[in-house]
Amino acid sequence: MPDDKFDSIIVGAGPAGVAAAITMARAGLNVALLERGEYAGAKNVQGAVLYSKMLEEIVPEFWKEAPLERAIVEERLWIMTKDSAVLTGYKSAKYDTQPANCYTIIRVEFDKWFAKKAEEAGVSLLTGVTVDDVLKKNGAVVGVKSTEGDQLFADVVIACDGVNSILAQKTGLHREWKSYEVALGVKEILALPREKIQDRFALEGDQGSTTEMLGDVTKGMMGYAFLYTNKETLSLGVGCALDDFQRTNIKPYDLLEEIKRHPLIRPLIAGSKSVEYSAHLIPEGGYNSMPPLYTDGMLLAGDAAQMINPTHREGSNLAMASGRMAGETVIEAKKRKSFTARSLGLYRKKLEDSFVLKDMEDHKDIEDKVRKNREILTVYPALACEAAHEYFLVDGMPKRDHQRRIIRRIRRERGIFRMIKDAMSLRHAIG
Amino acid sequence: MSEETKPMTLEEKLGLLSYKNDHQSHIKVLDAEVCLGCANKPCVTGCPAGVYTWDAAQSKIIVSYENCIECGAARMLCPYNNIEWHPPRGGFGVSYKYG
Repeated sequence: MPDDKFDSIIVGAGPAGVAAAITMARAGLNVALLERGEYAGAKNVQGAVLYSKMLEEIVPEFWKEAPLERAIVEERLWIMTKDSAVLTGYKSAKYDTQPANCYTIIRVEFDKWFAKKAEEAGVSLLTGVTVDDVLKKNGAVVGVKSTEGDQLFADVVIACDGVNSILAQKTGLHREWKSYEVALGVKEILALPREKIQDRFALEGDQGSTTEMLGDVTKGMMGYAFLYTNKETLSLGVGCALDDFQRTNIKPYDLLEEIKRHPLIRPLIAGSKSVEYSAHLIPEGGYNSMPPLYTDGMLLAGDAAQMINPTHREGSNLAMASGRMAGETVIEAKKRKSFTARSLGLYRKKLEDSFVLKDMEDHKDIEDKVRKNREILTVYPALACEAAHEYFLVDGMPKRDHQRRIIRRIRRERGIFRMIKDAMSLRHAIG
Repeated sequence: MSEETKPMTLEEKLGLLSYKNDHQSHIKVLDAEVCLGCANKPCVTGCPAGVYTWDAAQSKIIVSYENCIECGAARMLCPYNNIEWHPPRGGFGVSYKYG
């Protein structure tokens, strides 16, 4: 084995790793893709929503062959209290196209297919291999070492080993994440007959809907719950900042069970059968937590580099795009025969010119603002529900009195001045 | 009218998963003394697979590494950095079917 040298070794056969692998293999590079699971996807957990555009850039017309669940035509946001919700969202027949804007997927099925595309492109996929360290020569990364002691060498290592990445730490690019830089998500796959899903969510054929839920469902913790429709299953889960779980001692699985019993969620999942329970960390630190993205002989992509945009529920597409750009960078570096940090710096430039870093930078302060004003997560949902409740209640009281009640309530709970301050502070955080 | 089936326990949910357990643990609690001084033990409640349980009789944390679903939270849940967690060796640990 020691004489083997690849053009590039990618650690992690998830969306970032496979995207990088396919990109380089197509340019004729000799690529090894290492995966610690028994098969690609074995260790991965996601909501899961797949965004077409970024996949199309790697596998054109993917919709003809990729294992997709439902084409999302409806995106819902529910602002909830323990028994009520203000339901908002957008549904459009215009999203029912080929390809659709986004699809729900079953992560393991998708990863298996995606990794197979990499093999078809000539990538050497090695599963059941856990990398636990990088190999260095004169300060530059020159390969990786597995837990079994095997050594593999390459011009560039691309670390796509996810939120629990150890490679970036081994190279000194960053220390461990702090508990406020990650969220813990737990999830269940609930089996439900196709017709029931279509009826309950008013879907035709393979159309699908997503629902994100804010408010009491997370018991004052920062985070949200989600409910996505797959062909014959539902994905129901909740994710909260890990430091909130630390602080409150709320058990993640208890929280999920309580969500299942919520009067507005219960009827949607009635009669379903749990077929899988899973959990994973999600990077939440955003732009401010991003480690340096490259060093001599190594690049970081995807979750390993904190590339998540939680405000927009995006991550796997940032992973695919950054993986592709990492692959393109290595192709260029190979032409120059230079794999130093200076040469690999092209990676950062590509990311900066793309939506990846632009979006991450634009959203870098939101979480912090919400953290500092946690009441936003509890006070506003309660106010919104009470205002709506009062508005629709017909009890003989004149409308003007209903309105006065709402205004008085708002004044007491938050105050108009503070509400304006909240809106301004969030506006700065987004723009 | 519609029968309310009893919710599954955590053990039953973990029972749905496919594991290949190594003979060696990939998790270690480093210093039992540190746990004695830990008031709210967030590892016990925060781990989604119930890997960490407090044994009052032995005054220590019992680690059931076979239940680990490799979410990665343990390293950060412990406020004293007293949990050493690595991914299991290649091919070992949990294998999701849906993910």
